[in-house]
Amino acid sequence: MAESRDDFVIAVRSAFLKKANKQKFSLLTLILLSLIIIILGSFNFKAIQYTKKGINELVYRFTYITSIPENYITNSYFKISDHLDLFNKFKKNEILLKSLREKELSIDYLILENKKLRKLIDETIQSKEIYAKVLADNESPYLKSIILNKGSKDNVKMGMAILDGSYLVGKIIEVNFTNSRALLLSDLNSKIPVLLEPHDMQAVLSGTGQNYGIIEYTKEEYRDAMKGTVIVYTSGQGGLFKPGLPVGKLIDENDNKSLINFFSDFKQLDYVKIVSYEIGGIN
Amino acid sequence: MSSLEKNSFLKSIQFYIPTLILFFSVLNEFNLNYLNIEYFSFNFVFILIFYWTLKNPLYLSYFIIFLAGLVNDIVIGLPLGLSSFCYLLICIITAYLRNITLSPNFINDWISLLFTLLLVNSIEVIFLDLIFSIYVNYTKYFVNIGFTFLFYPIFMVIFNKLEKRIRIRKND
Repeated sequence: MAESRDDFVIAVRSAFLKKANKQKFSLLTLILLSLIIIILGSFNFKAIQYTKKGINELVYRFTYITSIPENYITNSYFKISDHLDLFNKFKKNEILLKSLREKELSIDYLILENKKLRKLIDETIQSKEIYAKVLADNESPYLKSIILNKGSKDNVKMGMAILDGSYLVGKIIEVNFTNSRALLLSDLNSKIPVLLEPHDMQAVLSGTGQNYGIIEYTKEEYRDAMKGTVIVYTSGQGGLFKPGLPVGKLIDENDNKSLINFFSDFKQLDYVKIVSYEIGGIN
Repeated sequence: MSSLEKNSFLKSIQFYIPTLILFFSVLNEFNLNYLNIEYFSFNFVFILIFYWTLKNPLYLSYFIIFLAGLVNDIVIGLPLGLSSFCYLLICIITAYLRNITLSPNFINDWISLLFTLLLVNSIEVIFLDLIFSIYVNYTKYFVNIGFTFLFYPIFMVIFNKLEKRIRIRKND
């Protein structure tokens, strides 16, 4: 009994401490080093943050380069499928264009009216836009994010909104000198204040880790009222995002959860706008 | 003369294939750990590290594995050091298995992999969920462990062939 216990101890000690041939570090040293990095990282230790930023600069560029073949294959696949669907898409777009032209007229009128009303209450919205290229989009079970080629040297700051055209797709969560990382709305940890129109209902849109979001923190009785087409816009609550940015559309009620289909296809992001805004004239 | 030099260069390159695959896997956007398919994913890097460090740690040095873990954390967006810690845990288990095993056996290795996956993923979840308060999907972890376990024999066959080639070239 004692002998077998000794064998176990010897095997464990040997596994931890023995440096195999040509190994520069023992496993125990490296394990301790990674634990120190994890612990110091959890306390936002400055040296770790700077090291991380330094590695980020290098790794993001390498990720972009190593992903070129894979991106080429994906893009080719999308191009081919786009060509195959061309005729059907053209027919659908023709119908859509007709209805959009009709809507455009009323939208022009509403924009003018909105400007006039803002002038009356002396409110101005100033926004600053930075165009950025998506270097890599990493979809992991833990984080749905994109890496952008603009960083602190281009005045990118934490919390800035990311737009695909006019649709909201996420916000900046990490800024390095030449690049930054944006958390997508579909991420499990993403929560943004939204407005459900035309019901004028405030809610919180949460990511699910899938390609759709869910509406949270609305009362049960409000849910019954949500009938017909419901469009989700940013509410501007908390001052994080500009109010009125289109986010998605209510698609389904599943297990008492309101599912939201995002307007933007997060897998197809190539170029995005990094936007910050400021509301002036409010006392 | 030049062909001889070419050959020796090829030989040394072949020896580094596992390292190259490891870095390509952690640097690439195409993450087999998340294929965007409902209820299907597997951790290729775990299989790679488990196989090669069990076979012979010379193919994948521990320091290289530690660096690959750091790179993976940066690319995936995990807390820095977590992947390195998990990868090195696999190395500890494989080092222990090598020490206690006299004649390697596929079934033993396979069952050990299941134990390793359960342990390493549990530690990862504990770190993510309890310490860093990052929400994780437990079902996805179970699916990932299941498929990683099931896919091991397939990759083992491929890696066995590769290992044979490397060994032959090295002995030439």
